[in-house]
Amino acid sequence: MAAPAIQATGLNKWFGEGDTKTYAVKDVNFEANFGEMLYVVGPSGSGKTTMLSMISGILRPNSGSVKIENTDIWGLPDDGIAEFRLHKIGFVFQDYHLFPRLTTAENVAIPLVLQKRDWDEAIEEARRDLDIVGLKNRADLPPVKLSGGEQQRVAIARAIVSRPDILILDEPTASLDGDTGRTIVSFVRNNILNEHRCIVIVTHDARIFEFADRILKMEDGRLTGIDKGATNGQ
Amino acid sequence: MPGTLRIAYKLLVNDRAKFVTLLVGITFAVFLMIQMTSLFTGVLGRASATVINIGASIWVMDPAVQTVANTIPLPDYILDEVRSIPGVKYAVPFYSGGALVKLKSGAYQAVNIVGLDDTSLFGRPQLVAGEIDDIFAENAFFAVDDSEFRKLENPKIGTEFELNDHRGMIVGIARVATSGLFGVPTLYTTYNRALQYLPNTRFTISYILVEPKSTKDAQFIKQQVAKAGYLALTKDEFMSKISTFYKYQTGIGTNLMLMTVISFIVGLSISGQTFYTFILENIEKFGALKAIGAKGRELIAMILFQASFVALTGYGLGIGLCALVIALARLQLPDYAATITFPNLALAFVMVVIIAGVSSYFGVRRVLRIEPFDIFRG
Repeated sequence: MAAPAIQATGLNKWFGEGDTKTYAVKDVNFEANFGEMLYVVGPSGSGKTTMLSMISGILRPNSGSVKIENTDIWGLPDDGIAEFRLHKIGFVFQDYHLFPRLTTAENVAIPLVLQKRDWDEAIEEARRDLDIVGLKNRADLPPVKLSGGEQQRVAIARAIVSRPDILILDEPTASLDGDTGRTIVSFVRNNILNEHRCIVIVTHDARIFEFADRILKMEDGRLTGIDKGATNGQ
Repeated sequence: MPGTLRIAYKLLVNDRAKFVTLLVGITFAVFLMIQMTSLFTGVLGRASATVINIGASIWVMDPAVQTVANTIPLPDYILDEVRSIPGVKYAVPFYSGGALVKLKSGAYQAVNIVGLDDTSLFGRPQLVAGEIDDIFAENAFFAVDDSEFRKLENPKIGTEFELNDHRGMIVGIARVATSGLFGVPTLYTTYNRALQYLPNTRFTISYILVEPKSTKDAQFIKQQVAKAGYLALTKDEFMSKISTFYKYQTGIGTNLMLMTVISFIVGLSISGQTFYTFILENIEKFGALKAIGAKGRELIAMILFQASFVALTGYGLGIGLCALVIALARLQLPDYAATITFPNLALAFVMVVIIAGVSSYFGVRRVLRIEPFDIFRG
């Protein structure tokens, strides 16, 4: 049996000490598999983002471990974690965080540039991925000239350009209207997800739950349940 | 160029407003710093013009002399005493003083009269017209063709003028290495004619110009002159003494130094603040880069590259602007005393490096403090 894409074991994260000690995430255990689109849902302050940060190698847990393809990422040195993220994990941030002074293609090429790939080659690959997300003719425009939905697709192109195994989307529909949000997540489900990739989406937008394979529910830092998504793993 | 630096470059130059503000800030600061220091260098160079133009190795003077223009006449016996010091190859009297000449038009013009030793003409200027021997002709003077030449109504050989009711005649046109500080033309004649034409005190020698047999003798000559109660300085020491006077005993040095420091502070403030704002505006993007996998040292390199690029571009523009302003100023004011030297450029460069360093330091601190987790939290 293949190793799970993500394996979180006994994850704990707290802030403060003594009387002020507050758990953001408490004793979370779960696995995510390749070919799976996993949602993490819950109300604001439930610990979704903290948990997401820990499984993506951004926030160190106080205890517990995170294994990605059997690699204990928190056992790596700091530079090693950054290198691991660069090659294995793609991020789509809630506010996209695209550079307004770079062209769309240059924004998409950033992970490849950070991997020290040749500039022209990186831009060429970025154009190819912009084609995948349907924005080939927007490659030379700055992101500010694009609509919200188009910017979201640019962010997705940037996240997949280095062909990561894990894709993390943080509230991907938060800045979009209902139809655009559904279109985007549907696009991700149908075009980006494959048997070699695991996608984790943090959201509290119930309108896109239908695209999930499984839904992890969080409340007060704890995992309170795991639902089968509407796709039922299909 | 590495891709990350290329991104840094594009982030910087594509933000036109900030890039221009940064460039203007540094260019202006560099311009002012170089302008002030080159003006000061020019003033110091001009203040030592006589020492440079005459070129004597050792100058003997009264210990109270502070600048070459502020002469205190020496008694004749000092000349004999200096000539008797072992190690002196030769020593000659030298006259330097101010006078008023009445020009052909009837106008009066202040001039500097230089009287060269009649026997050797030691310190004579390079002639561009006329013969050197003509200086021994009756009423003969050489006019120096420098930036003040036109004040003598552009004389030619044969032009006459009056000096203390004496007739004077231009018998040669000369060139010298550097013009004087005070904006007056210079006339060369013999030492004895200078004494004959100009009113004098009991003692008449302005300086004794000494050539030692070898450079090793200079120290001994200085000691012997000091024993006689006078001061012997090498050319460089005399120039340094003159510089010290202008730097510390007049307001010129202090004021120009203040202006230089103010330029530095203005440049630092404008550039530092603009660069920090530029970093702050991009701070979330830098955080996103960190989240994607950029390492701290890569982000530091990007910021240092941006700061260095702005600093060096502004430095080049500032030098160019300063050179242009000096050139334009000289079109209108031929005696405009400003000289850009390598030490001026080096000083401005050091200050620009400090501006870039301080500006990027705060930016780097801010970028290193941002946690990728903050990007997720929004």
